[in-house]
Amino acid sequence: MSSRLSGNEAVAYALKQINPDVMGAFPITPSTEIPEYFANYVANGEVNTEYVTVESEHSSMSVCIAAQAAGARSVSATSSCGLALMYELLYVAASCRLPITLACVNRALTGPININHDYSDSMGARDSGWIQLYAENNQEAYDNLLMAMPIGETPEVRLPVMSCMDGFITSHAVENMELLDTDIVRRFIGEYKPENYLLKRENPLAVGPYDISAYYMEHKVQEAEAMKAAKARILEVAAEFEKISGRRYGLLEEYRMEDAHLALVLIGSSAGTAKAVVDQLRENGVKAGLVKIRVFRPFPGEELARALAGTRAAAVMDKSEGFSANGGPLFAETRSALYDLKDRPYLINIVYGLGGRDVKTEDFVKVFGRLADIAATGDIGPVYTHMGQRSKEEIA
Amino acid sequence: MIRAKDINERTPWQDLTPGGEIYEAGTARAFNTGNWRTNTPVFHAEACKHCMLCIPFCPDSAIPVKDGKRLDFDYMHCKGCGICENVCPFPAITMVSGGVAP
Repeated sequence: MSSRLSGNEAVAYALKQINPDVMGAFPITPSTEIPEYFANYVANGEVNTEYVTVESEHSSMSVCIAAQAAGARSVSATSSCGLALMYELLYVAASCRLPITLACVNRALTGPININHDYSDSMGARDSGWIQLYAENNQEAYDNLLMAMPIGETPEVRLPVMSCMDGFITSHAVENMELLDTDIVRRFIGEYKPENYLLKRENPLAVGPYDISAYYMEHKVQEAEAMKAAKARILEVAAEFEKISGRRYGLLEEYRMEDAHLALVLIGSSAGTAKAVVDQLRENGVKAGLVKIRVFRPFPGEELARALAGTRAAAVMDKSEGFSANGGPLFAETRSALYDLKDRPYLINIVYGLGGRDVKTEDFVKVFGRLADIAATGDIGPVYTHMGQRSKEEIA
Repeated sequence: MIRAKDINERTPWQDLTPGGEIYEAGTARAFNTGNWRTNTPVFHAEACKHCMLCIPFCPDSAIPVKDGKRLDFDYMHCKGCGICENVCPFPAITMVSGGVAP
């Protein structure tokens, strides 16, 4: 069914089709509309979700943890400082192995206070043990959310899933998109059937006990192994999803990478702008390409290394500052992934788009220009730079 | 289903429950937590009137009761806090220094 929806509408509609057992609801820009639209579905009796309004995001995630442990499928939505306030609970959800689904509408973290898009919120939570999926557009935001539960709830994975989209750019812009029939969605998602849960009458269950040094490391290894297992499961679910939707997803998307000499690596809605630039450069005979990271956790290191193996120079575009003084988080992962290649491309890192700073096609044209120079001369110049800021110096 | 009695500090990660879930109640009984003790209560049976005041005051349920009479301390769980000595109206409980009853 074709429709025209904003990203937030699409995600709220996906949640309605899923009809989860519990939603922990608390508003924060730009994700507010998700619990808002969903409240309408609840009020109209279109879902039978227990809609729990709470006093903070710390509580909304606590509600989800308790409900999921009880055996209920639980969801929430948040952004920016809301995610930051959930921080403690994100680790609890993951370490208790509770496959909660969280719609994360990415927004810059304060401060300075800012409501617009970058990835500083979810990148801060990248090591919390949550699976992280990132959408380029409204269609992907809808599709990723539908795939979250079949990925996270699989017994060998049992991890919570954060389904991310770009604040305002994706969450508020209306696009044409395809929706699936609700009965097809419900068949795809299936029933939530955990082996053990608090409300199971047959046996009592304690969740999240104190873990002394003699056990903590073993449980962390379990989590790490689950995250490794998630990679195969994400691809399995994508294959099942393709059967019902006709839309194909991987851990990453390679755009015109077959013979690319110059490449960008990035996440999210910027991919649309970058694809237009790749097409334009290809018409002029430049062998340009793009790798869009869809799954950041687990990180598709081997797949990314394979995608970039044939390139001469690549730019990793980070839409969040890690303040490592050594490049952003996507750069750190990418450079690490390339280490095992025999012949590595030159690699630079450009931090851009912070706090909603716009990125245009001409910006990516400049980046490809810089990559062409690096490929031709072998002179890499400064490895880690910023793009789009007003400056007295001119770099990229 | 993995039971608490089958898990110990030599169990490999593959054989532990996911996230440390515990699938039964009352597993604290199986664990020796009495070795944290630095002071130890001593029970003098001849002075005890079995008034049962010490029982509800014990934070660790470490005073067993049988047929309306209290028995000697459960030293596997007693932490030596001394509350029982404090509430005992009779000279039936005294504290000694160290983790072991004389």
